[in-house]
Order: sequence, then C-alpha cells, then structure tokens
Amino acid sequence: MAALDTVAAKAIQLPPGQPVKGRSVGRRMLKAWPQYLAISPFYALFLVFGAAPIAFSLYLSFHSWNGLGSITFVGLKQYAFLISDSTFYLALRNTLVIFVISTVPMLSFALVIAFMLNSAKRFSTFYRVAYFIPNVTSVVAMAILFTSIFGNQFGIINAALNVFGIGNVGWLSSPFGLKVVIAALMAWQYTGYNAIIYLAGMQAISGEVYEAARMDGAGAVSIFFRITIPLLRPIILFTVIMSTIGGLQGFTEAQIISTSSSTSVSGGVGQGGLTLMLYFYNQAFGNNNFGYGAAIAWGVFIIITLFTALNWQLARSKDK
Amino acid sequence: MALAIKNPRPPVLRRASSRRTKTRGLALHGTLILGVAVSLFPLYWLFVMATNTTEAIYASPPTLTVGKELLTNIGHVLENVNFFASMANTVVVAVSTTLLVLFFDSLAAFTFAKFEFPGRNLLFGGLITTLLLPGQLSVIPQFLIMINLGWVGDLRALVIPAAANAFGIFWLRQYMQSAIPDELLETAKLDGCNFFRQYLTVCLPLIRPALGFLGMFTFIAAWNDYLWPLIVLTNPDKLTLQVALSQLNTAHGKDYGMLMAGALMAVVPLLVVFLFGAKQFVSDAVKGAVKG
Repeated sequence: MAALDTVAAKAIQLPPGQPVKGRSVGRRMLKAWPQYLAISPFYALFLVFGAAPIAFSLYLSFHSWNGLGSITFVGLKQYAFLISDSTFYLALRNTLVIFVISTVPMLSFALVIAFMLNSAKRFSTFYRVAYFIPNVTSVVAMAILFTSIFGNQFGIINAALNVFGIGNVGWLSSPFGLKVVIAALMAWQYTGYNAIIYLAGMQAISGEVYEAARMDGAGAVSIFFRITIPLLRPIILFTVIMSTIGGLQGFTEAQIISTSSSTSVSGGVGQGGLTLMLYFYNQAFGNNNFGYGAAIAWGVFIIITLFTALNWQLARSKDK
Repeated sequence: MALAIKNPRPPVLRRASSRRTKTRGLALHGTLILGVAVSLFPLYWLFVMATNTTEAIYASPPTLTVGKELLTNIGHVLENVNFFASMANTVVVAVSTTLLVLFFDSLAAFTFAKFEFPGRNLLFGGLITTLLLPGQLSVIPQFLIMINLGWVGDLRALVIPAAANAFGIFWLRQYMQSAIPDELLETAKLDGCNFFRQYLTVCLPLIRPALGFLGMFTFIAAWNDYLWPLIVLTNPDKLTLQVALSQLNTAHGKDYGMLMAGALMAVVPLLVVFLFGAKQFVSDAVKGAVKG
C-alpha cells in the first residue's frame, strides 16, 4: 500500500501525457467510483447553491441592479456608499448592543447553571430537558409571545412591575426597550443550550482535580472560578464564537418584534430594532437593491470575520 | 451502594457534614428549580393566553390561569389564515429535508470515515472550509437561481438546497470512526457485500442513535426556518407555518388570544418531537460536544 501511495504521489507531480504511472491513479479513481458517487450530492449541491452564488454575490456587489433592468458596473460605489451610510452604522450599533446585552448574561447564567447541574445527581435528566426546551420552540411564535409579555399596557412584565410600584415601562415604544426585548428572547432561547454544552465540558474534567482542590480546603465558589472556568476555556471560546456568529446575523427576533412595535417603520421605533440582517433584507428584497444588498452582505461577513479573529486573539493573549 | 462509592465524581457535597449537605442540596435544587421556572414560564404563559379571551388577557390584573377559550381562539386562527395548509407544507418540508439529509450525510460520512480513495483528504478539507461561509452571502443569487428554475413559491426551493450539509457529514464521520469496527466491514466484504450493501447492513444499524440526534436537529431547524421561506415563498396560498404566523401577527397584532393560539399550534409539534426523544437528545448532545 505504502509503495503504491508513493507511486501515486509521483504520478501527480508528473506532467500530463505520462501514460504508465498516470493510469495507476486513474485506475484507483475508477475503482473508487462508488465512493465518489456517495460523496457527490453534497459537492453538487454546494457548487450550485453555495459556491456559484457566493461568487455571483461578489460580482453583484460591484454592480447596480434592481433585478429587472440591465446590470450596470459601478466599481466600488456600493462599498463607498456603505461606509458612509448612517443607517448601516445604526444597524451595526443596534446589532452590537443586542449582542452584548444578550450574550453576556446568557453565557454567565449558562456557566452557573451548568456548574450546578454538574453537582446535582438527582433529577439530572429532568433538569437538562427543562433547560433545553426553550431552544426547541419556534422562533417566530416565541417572538410574538415576547412582544405580548413585554407589552406596554397589558404585558405581564409591566403588570408585575406595577405590583412593586414601578410604573409601565415602554418596552416596545423606545429604541432601547426594543433591543432589550430582542436580547431577552435570544438569551432565553440559548441559555439552556449553552449550559448543556458547558455541562458536557465539565463532565470531561476529572473528578480527581476537584477532589484535590477540596483537600486543600477550596469551597464551591473558588472551585468554580479557579478550576472549572480555566479548564473550560476552549469550550467557552467555542460558545463565544458561535454566539458572535449567531448574534451578528440575528434576523427573525428583530423582524417580528419590531413590526409589532407601534410604528410602521421597519426596525420599529427610532429603528431601534433594525439589525444588520434586517437592513440587508430590506435593501435586497424590500427595495430590490440587489447590488447594494450584496455589498451589505459582504460588509457583514467582514465584520463577523473581524470579531471572530478578535475572539481568537483575546483567547490566545490570555494564554501567556 | 457500592456503585455510589465507586462514582469518581462526587462533587461539592461529599465531605461536608450531613446537615450541611442537606441544606446545600436544598439550596442547589431550589436555585435550579427557580431557573427551570424562568425557562418554562413563557411557555406556560403562552398556554394561558391561548386559552383565554383577549379581554381577559387585557384585564387588570391579568388572568393568570388557564381558561376555556382555546377552541374559539383556534377557530379564529383558521378563519384568518389557511393554517392547516401551512402546517402541511411545513411538515412536508421538514420531513423530506430530514430524510434527504440523513441519507446523503450518512452515506458521505461513511465513505470519508472508512474508505481510502484519491483526493479524500483534500475533498474533506474543502467540506470543512464550507462550514465557515455564512449563508447570507448566497441568499440573493440563490433567489435568482430559484427564479430561473421556476421554483419561486415552490417547496422544492426550501428542500433541495438543504438536502445535504457539511455539519452533518462532519459530525457523523466523527461518530462512525469509533462506532463502526473495521473488522465488521472486512467480514462483510469477504461475504461479498459491495459498498452500498456494507452501508445498508453494517453502517446504518450501528449509527441509529446518531441518526436520531441529527434527524431531530435537522427537523427542528427546517421547521423553524424563516428568512429563506419569507423570501422565496411568494405565493400566499403556499406558505410555511412560520411565514403564515408572521403574517397573522402583522394583520391581527391586537387579537392576542387568537395569535397565541396560532403560536401554540406552531410550537406543540416541536415539543412533542423533542420530548419523544428528549432523554437521548440531551445525552447525545453531550457526547457530540465532548467528541467534537
């Protein structure tokens, strides 16, 4: 086998028209036809619905097109417009604020819940299922539900606040309130999900490490901060990156909650719920600005890449 | 009892005296139950609203208990949107996507996990790279492709592009590397089983738990998909549940009783599917994450 492989490797390096050795790779490829056939559906679908569209969207972002007339080349004009577009910056700010006020509490609570689940031997299946349930609900249905829970006049949250003597909060009628509602929904849906991921990581930590810490007289709190969190670092980084990618692409929550707000402007009051993806959707499919929509999509892609790289960098610099 | 002593993971509680252990246990479970309450309250509240009239929901103080108006509210939903048709569309999309994904992903994963062929590592590397490409880059051109195929407004536009995915192939391959012993494949080969028969008779029976997990994940994702159906399903008579629900919300945003009945009907099938395999789902999620 090893000999055959080196022959094959050499054959690849030879120029075309070397029949003898070329045939041995060819023959192996021919013999492996069932394998190629078995993996082909993914590659065929990716070519048609992934690679080609991505290439075409890059092409579109240098053009102006409303989907019907002719496509006009405009060079970098779409991108020039993008970096001076105040609505784009508003959407970027909204997205980042929603991301921070949803992700920070979400991952903190998830860590604490996972730590407690790891200590609780009884009812563990019940707890895991109960904490995971918010993640298997329908996002649209839950977004509608949350607009009613946070309703200005009849919402249960304001009713509860009234009991404590706090007046009605205009959740849906202020730009920041809208962000809070969107963030609350995202945090509610993903806290248990992340807790289950952390729990998996914690269960992989050897019991002896904890035992040794307790021998040294460490309590639950110092075990949590000095042992669990440092050992979970890679998994925490993973969830931060996944939450960044998901959070910066948030669409459904923002779209449903901001349409329920008391204005017909997309993004709700003061466009406080206008996220990057909602702005992308409005430009591309509301206004049929395919060229500009493509430019926004690439802008969002670059922002996500930068944030992911930043996460990596922060995680690595802490290692030293 | 012997088992309990052997357990290598007796966390926080073991060394404390038994009274302290008890209070700590109470505090622990008390806090966890509080978390469960926060987790499940919105769903309870959804049920309360779906079973009450809008007036009862608007009352001050609001009604906090389950009412008797569920059927009336559901009736109003059915008058305003073609709910069962959208539900049927969603079921068709979710079931066919799931079946196709399970078949194509497991076949590809089996090939990558257990067979040598020229270009294997390069092809697999390429597959992993596609995981890093975000979907929104391809949305506009995909819509144009659907126009050209004549699939706008057609459920095929939802199912076909989603019929195989890199994540599932990657995850199943990890699973298969340890779940399928090479000796079994050798024996099958000696018995004259060709590639496809090996997949059917050796691979599939051994990976059932993994298929269950991936299947549930795919089903839930397909059921909840919103942005793409919103773009591509332009025919108002042919919507998925999520899009129909969103339209109901835009048109009748003030009739909470009805809206919540609609929302409830969209959530219940998912909860049933999840609870059906919940125990396995949660423990497999754990295994997958550790392995990954």
